[in-house]
Amino acid sequence: MGGRPAVAKALIVFFAILTAITVVGFLIPWRREVASEEGKGIDLTITYLLVVAGIFVVLGHVILARFIWRSSGGEVAAYGRPSKRAEWAWSIVPVLVMLVLSEAGVLFVSGPVWDSLYVESPEDPVLLEVAGKQFEWYVRYPGKDGKFGKADLKSVNETDNLFGLDDFDDDAQDDIIKRGQICLPVGRPVVVRLRTYDVIHSFFVPEFRVKQDLLPGYATRIKFTPTREGEFDLACAELCGLGHYTMKGKVRVVKPEEFDAWLKEQMTFGG
Amino acid sequence: MEHQGFFRKYVFSYDHKVIGIQYLVTAMVMAIVAGGLAVIIRTRLAWPGVGAKALPPEAYISFVTMHGTLMVFFVVSLALSGLANFLIPLQIGARDMAYPFLNMLSYWTIVPACLIMLASFFVQGGAAAAGWTAYPPLSAVKEAVPGSGLGQTLWLLGMAIFIFSFTMGGLNFLTTILNLRTRGMTMRRMPITMWGFLVATVLAILSFPPLTAAALMLLADRHLDTSFFVTDMLIGGKYRALGDGTPLLFQHLFWFLGHPEVYVLVLPCICMVFDILPVFTRRPIFGYRPSVYSMLVIGVLSMIVWGHHMFVTGMNPYVGKYFSIATVIITAPFSVLGVNLLASLWRARMRFATPMLFALAVISAVGLGGFGGLFLGTMTSDIYFHDTYFVVGHFHLMIGTVTLLSIFGATYFWFPKMFGRLMDERLGRWHFWLTAGPMITIFVLMHMQGLGGMVRRTYDPSIYGYNQMNSVLRLPITFLAFLLFAAQSIFLWNFTRSIFRGAKATANPWEATTLEWVAPSPPPHGNFGDVLPVVHRFAYEYSPGEGQADFVPQTVEKTA
Repeated sequence: MGGRPAVAKALIVFFAILTAITVVGFLIPWRREVASEEGKGIDLTITYLLVVAGIFVVLGHVILARFIWRSSGGEVAAYGRPSKRAEWAWSIVPVLVMLVLSEAGVLFVSGPVWDSLYVESPEDPVLLEVAGKQFEWYVRYPGKDGKFGKADLKSVNETDNLFGLDDFDDDAQDDIIKRGQICLPVGRPVVVRLRTYDVIHSFFVPEFRVKQDLLPGYATRIKFTPTREGEFDLACAELCGLGHYTMKGKVRVVKPEEFDAWLKEQMTFGG
Repeated sequence: MEHQGFFRKYVFSYDHKVIGIQYLVTAMVMAIVAGGLAVIIRTRLAWPGVGAKALPPEAYISFVTMHGTLMVFFVVSLALSGLANFLIPLQIGARDMAYPFLNMLSYWTIVPACLIMLASFFVQGGAAAAGWTAYPPLSAVKEAVPGSGLGQTLWLLGMAIFIFSFTMGGLNFLTTILNLRTRGMTMRRMPITMWGFLVATVLAILSFPPLTAAALMLLADRHLDTSFFVTDMLIGGKYRALGDGTPLLFQHLFWFLGHPEVYVLVLPCICMVFDILPVFTRRPIFGYRPSVYSMLVIGVLSMIVWGHHMFVTGMNPYVGKYFSIATVIITAPFSVLGVNLLASLWRARMRFATPMLFALAVISAVGLGGFGGLFLGTMTSDIYFHDTYFVVGHFHLMIGTVTLLSIFGATYFWFPKMFGRLMDERLGRWHFWLTAGPMITIFVLMHMQGLGGMVRRTYDPSIYGYNQMNSVLRLPITFLAFLLFAAQSIFLWNFTRSIFRGAKATANPWEATTLEWVAPSPPPHGNFGDVLPVVHRFAYEYSPGEGQADFVPQTVEKTA
């Protein structure tokens, strides 16, 4: 025992502290309380991975510390090369374990959420469009007819026509247009069509756990189902210029009745 | 050797050892700049209320952009080029690289690339500010961000020259490893570092050209009115008809390089740790062959998984699924490397010299960083973590911590071969504790900020209510970053001082088996004197058997 160098003990303490910081750190609930159905699924994936990764990180560090402890005590090293069988066994085992655990995470834990987000089409969704521009969010509801009026970048006017709608387009007349404010009913799936006027932005509401890029030249889409009322920040997650950090919107989730009433109150494009 | 003038010997040298050291020193200079930028960034994040005038948003994002660019391409890549240059001929028993002139050329091509990058800070609008990923249209349209003016042009130019140089270097590494091995040095007897550089070089040669193409296309979009990546847009209140390109194409081209690049950097580093371990455990490494095969598998897989950087771009969901399934397969061969690193410590007799300390810390970082990758390769958790500090923490652990700690370990380890003197052990230990501790902790803590949803590249995260909780980590991270940066002065002092004043080293100060330790320290031009060494055995004959020597160099003949 007396022969064990101080640096070996220091290393063991060092790895113990690192492991403790990691484990305790990940046990702290940093995430905001989840507010969407899909978010719950994403949280489940994160929990699954935290457990898997946690076990191996702790196990790995315990083994690391154990080996340092054992081989710093003054014994001579073992003789001979490790046996081929041991080498292959210790390769095949981790390969199989990691393949099973990681693919199970992708296919069975993550898969259903992914499908509900991108593959399945939801029943009776709330439709809206969110347009990003440096450094603001424009929001549009299709109105009673459920159809968005044609939008044209060339006709966009910052004061009275945020979406560049056509005065003579029937579909556009009942469109409801808001600046930086989204109102949604709780419990109904929401489908947001996303467009950008200039560079890439990304629609991110941490409480919903969802994120979707807005790409020039494309209309992308994101779906989620709010599960609790509240007011949440909408952030831009993709660097979009100087004011990237100020590109904040508000999402308000309210009772369905309240949402219907709110819709009725809003001015339409046609007035 | 005929007498050489100062310029031919130290400046425009053909000698791979001199060129290697030139690369290393260049990387150190760039590291001071890139690390300094990190300190400025962290200062801003710790005290968002103050100093808005001193560091306006345009400076902040251009510093973030340049910190990333310099660290990835001009620090880690250059340092690895340096070590590859130094080690390849020595470890395989060659007198020099296959093409010494090309080697000199590749170093002297990197110098203008460095200067262009540094100069871009001083042009109008400042350095590039579209992130190190340089996504168009932000990087394509001048009105989008101030750095998108001349700064971005210089960035693209610097990158193109860098790739040009890196490709020349890579061709040299590849040819040398394949063709110039000395008699008896079969592929299976090579030190595993040679395998690491071999796989990395093949990956780099295959994956860099698309980025060159992307850089040239972006230059054309910016200056020749093409529309590869840009579309009609409304920017700064004005409508601009730019055509109908697709910004996604750039992302595909960028990540087609970007993902293999991770392994270009990480694999040689892990391999150098594999080579350091046996010397200080007095045991052969565990699982040489499985590790080599795993690296080959990782190499192949790394070329077909780039789409996991693009899960939230709205790609076809089935394509996304494919990329996720393929990505997490990499955890399997990668775990073999991890297990073998650990198992190499089994039943050892450890010597705790500075290189060994760094090697042990790398094992820890490989574990922490590797498992973090699982969260980002799995498609739905990535939706939440994409573009948050979780990603920042993860890639800093892998291509920041694993690489830099390995490079430090390697520098301490091969320093006596480079300069014929040893680096100071006491300073080395101080440097180790003050580097490995803060570095790993900083990036583990960043994962937690990402867990809280904190978005990267934000000038002032306090604007968002949800950052309230994770902002408690800002100050600890910043203080650790200061400590980390300051601690590097110990290394610089130790490095510089030891070149002239370090304890004289013998040819084989660590009692190691591989060929570089057969050559004198430092080796002369031509490395091995009149006769090239002949290899008779495996690279790791430590503690071969009872009653035998503690280690047997590769050049010792086998007795029947």
